[in-house]
Amino acid sequence: MTQLPVLTAKDFASDQDIRWCPGCGDYAILNQVKKILAKIKAKRENTVFVAGIGCSSRFPYYMGTYGLHSIHGRAPAFATGIKIANPDLDVWVVTGDGDGLSIGGNHLMHILRRNVNVNILLFNNRIYGLTKGQYSPTSETGKKSPSTPMGSIDLPLTPLSIALAAEASFVARCVDVDKNLGEVLQRAAAHRGSSFVEIYQDCNVFNHFAFKHATDKDAKEDNIIRLEHGKPLVYGKNRNKGIRLTGDYKLEAVEIGKDCQEDDLIFHDESDEKLAFMLSRMQHPEFPEPMGVYYDVKDDCYEDLLTQQVKDAIEQRGEGSIEKLLNSGDTFTVD
Amino acid sequence: MGTGTQQKVSSTKPTNEIKSAVIRFAGDSGDGMQLAGAQFTSTSAVLGNDIATLPDYPAEIRAPIGTVAGVSGFQINFSSESIFTPGDKVHALIAMNPAAFKAHIDDVEPGGIVIANESEFGKVNLKKAGYPEGFNPLDDEGFNRKFQLFKVPISRLNTEALKDSGLGAKDANRCKNMFALGIVYWLYDRPLDTTVGHIDSYFGKKKNLPKVAAANIASLKSGFFFGETAELFPVRYHVAKAPIKAGKYRKITGNEAVAMGLVTAAKLAGKDVCYCSYPITPASNVLHALAGMRNYGVKTFQAEDEIAAVCSAIGASYAGQLGVTGTSGPGLALKSEAIGLAVMIEMPLVVVNVQRGGPATGLPTKTEQSDLLQAMYGRNGECPVVIIAAQSPGDCFDSAIEASRIAMQHRVPVILLTDGYLGNGSEPWRIPDHNSFEKIVVEHPSDPETFQVYGRDEKLVRPWAIPGTPGLEHRLGGLEKQHLDGNVNYEPENHQLMMEVRKQKIERIADDFDPIEPYGDSEGDLLVLGWGGTYGAIFTAVERARKAGKSVSGLHIRHINPMPKNLGDVLKRFKRVLVPELNLGQLRLIIRGRYLADARGLNKVQGRPFLVEEIDQAIDLMLQGKYGDREYLRPHQGLVRLEDQDYDFTSIDGRPH
Repeated sequence: MTQLPVLTAKDFASDQDIRWCPGCGDYAILNQVKKILAKIKAKRENTVFVAGIGCSSRFPYYMGTYGLHSIHGRAPAFATGIKIANPDLDVWVVTGDGDGLSIGGNHLMHILRRNVNVNILLFNNRIYGLTKGQYSPTSETGKKSPSTPMGSIDLPLTPLSIALAAEASFVARCVDVDKNLGEVLQRAAAHRGSSFVEIYQDCNVFNHFAFKHATDKDAKEDNIIRLEHGKPLVYGKNRNKGIRLTGDYKLEAVEIGKDCQEDDLIFHDESDEKLAFMLSRMQHPEFPEPMGVYYDVKDDCYEDLLTQQVKDAIEQRGEGSIEKLLNSGDTFTVD
Repeated sequence: MGTGTQQKVSSTKPTNEIKSAVIRFAGDSGDGMQLAGAQFTSTSAVLGNDIATLPDYPAEIRAPIGTVAGVSGFQINFSSESIFTPGDKVHALIAMNPAAFKAHIDDVEPGGIVIANESEFGKVNLKKAGYPEGFNPLDDEGFNRKFQLFKVPISRLNTEALKDSGLGAKDANRCKNMFALGIVYWLYDRPLDTTVGHIDSYFGKKKNLPKVAAANIASLKSGFFFGETAELFPVRYHVAKAPIKAGKYRKITGNEAVAMGLVTAAKLAGKDVCYCSYPITPASNVLHALAGMRNYGVKTFQAEDEIAAVCSAIGASYAGQLGVTGTSGPGLALKSEAIGLAVMIEMPLVVVNVQRGGPATGLPTKTEQSDLLQAMYGRNGECPVVIIAAQSPGDCFDSAIEASRIAMQHRVPVILLTDGYLGNGSEPWRIPDHNSFEKIVVEHPSDPETFQVYGRDEKLVRPWAIPGTPGLEHRLGGLEKQHLDGNVNYEPENHQLMMEVRKQKIERIADDFDPIEPYGDSEGDLLVLGWGGTYGAIFTAVERARKAGKSVSGLHIRHINPMPKNLGDVLKRFKRVLVPELNLGQLRLIIRGRYLADARGLNKVQGRPFLVEEIDQAIDLMLQGKYGDREYLRPHQGLVRLEDQDYDFTSIDGRPH
């Protein structure tokens, strides 16, 4: 047997010049994605990146795999069609807070509930970058932008809460420049079903430092919790803070040793849907924001069930041919 | 043929031999009129008549009972000769209540038969139908003089017939459509066995409701015997077999034919159909039909909306299968951006549009041809697609194959236009020989050395490289493409070049079309030019005019875009051109614009197909040169009159008074 060539991150790059703004968080994500594809020994020819419209959606052009830069908000629908037609392809959907939650909110909800086996990366920069800085569905209320000079008046939504409510089977969050991004992406790739990963991504032109709390070297460990399955929710630079459940089922940030002991904290359980939802509601500055895998459960994939129905039908009724088709229904003969 | 009982008693009444008849079943939308009509159709098809049908039902599933808004009708034309339309005037109307009577009585020919379910003509129902208090049309002298009005207490007789059936009153009453059908079977000398067989297999076997099956059969037979024994009908009628070409047939609706055509095309190309659709009237039963064909490798996907439906279909084609989406007008509007992407990335896609009355929600259950211009131009940018129009229910099969073939071989979106009339209407369809089809050859590149993403062959077709092929990894998208290599390119001259490529690629598809020839004479005074579901009515009218010695020919085009290359030459051979359409002149606009031909229209947007006589009249007015400066005329209640063309928009019906 001949040895298959080992692909490196570089082998997953396309020959096109990257046109994101210098310093954009997208670069870090692109590098991590290429790295983990090499690591998991993905095949270029079997990998498809599908995107909608927006800065993040240019992603497929920079990958040396198959890619489809589709229309605004509809990447999940294209991805579903691809998986229906060929379930063997590894499909990645790249979207943003505008593309995925505004114009394409409907499709995101439905691909998740169907549990189509794709990996969805939602780059959340809380702003519309490509159209030059209007507020987005994840912008904080009061956001001043070209379209909201007096401040936005709508409430932002939380991507992870949406994903969980849409019955997603894998939900995670990470930060573009954080060390755990690659790890989370690898988990997402390994999950069979829709994997939803929100990535805090810095738009350094229109919304710089929107996630400073989660990226600032000195402050971030006090502002995020790194989730680990089966481990207590401990955080803080000095690992002395944690999250506890109160008697009336609310979350509470406490100091270990002062308010309680480590055993009194919530222990993370990736199969607990209610916990995942509660975690998704934790927001800075009231709470540290959880990073890592919130939720990961096994469930049937849409395309597998569909393929099975085809197999079952063939078994039960025999494989259809043109001859059989034409002679189906109530036929009669005219002499 | 038929049941033994029928043979025994069938000689006791005189039988009139007639060439053809048009009958219409009408009742509440819950009265089972569509089922009764479909059964009469199947029976007549099996008997060897030529048939054409027109279901006509309300948009509401159960509109208020007894109201005119809730009336559901089913018309069938059956004949011993070849026919092409469901018929203009009704020979026999079966009215199950006053609202049905009111909604349909104007379509019955003078002297025609009206069988009214007298049981339902009480005060309350008469009021619901909007008749003035104290007025019962069944007792009206005018109606009785104009029609052969038969009052039959169908509901009561049916209940009596089923008193020992073991069914409750409500369930028993639901069988009254079969009682009515039994009467009509007797009146037109039809055997019961096809319907008995259907009831047995549907209620008896599939639904496992033997009591319901027995009751329906009992109602059917009771109705039949009632026709024979009640001294009501002086004669019965017989329509002989039509001289139909020998062979194996089935009854087919346009929507069934589309489904079968798509599956056939996919098999011929060695692909699976991925039919991605969102339910919409009147296209939904294409989805239903295909959903039942999983054993043919068909994958159906009920998407979350119209946009997701078309996008997933494009995704399926991108992954190498036959991606198809089906819809009606409002859905096509929602799909337009995605169709533009398919044009840009040059991806096979079939879009089936079963047209209905528009704009907006319009008339969901009624037929119209008003999406032609939407199909042609309803997208941003210069965005040409292939458009094919089917002309009869059976022709939907061939058109679906043709649409799929062009989409796959030329990597273009193809919009297949049918309409509600074709989709739900039915005709006997001669089953083609399964060996008679040409394979659809589709090639996918595999050699990285020669592969160019936007390289082209002599037909300007680019390669359809599918994910999974090593070495051909490439990126597609909606941004303008660089000629040949397919990378993103914004240069001015490249954009012009690519626009021309996409345009000419569509135009070159016409190289493969046979030249078209009109039916009738190749030149003359008048050419009647049509497209789509109006074929039957136009053909019948042209034949009639020709028999009367008029210099009229007809031409029906299947390829709306690109058009047959010799169409302009054909138009020039006629002094005048008439374009009847169920819209306000969409093909006419293109014909005038492209060929500078002085085409005139007959344009009807009333939710119904053309009557043959409407086209007859327009033909005469054209031949007599009476159109004057008018670009089009419109029929009113079956009449096309010059004095009837100007609206008075201040009057209640818009007509001058």
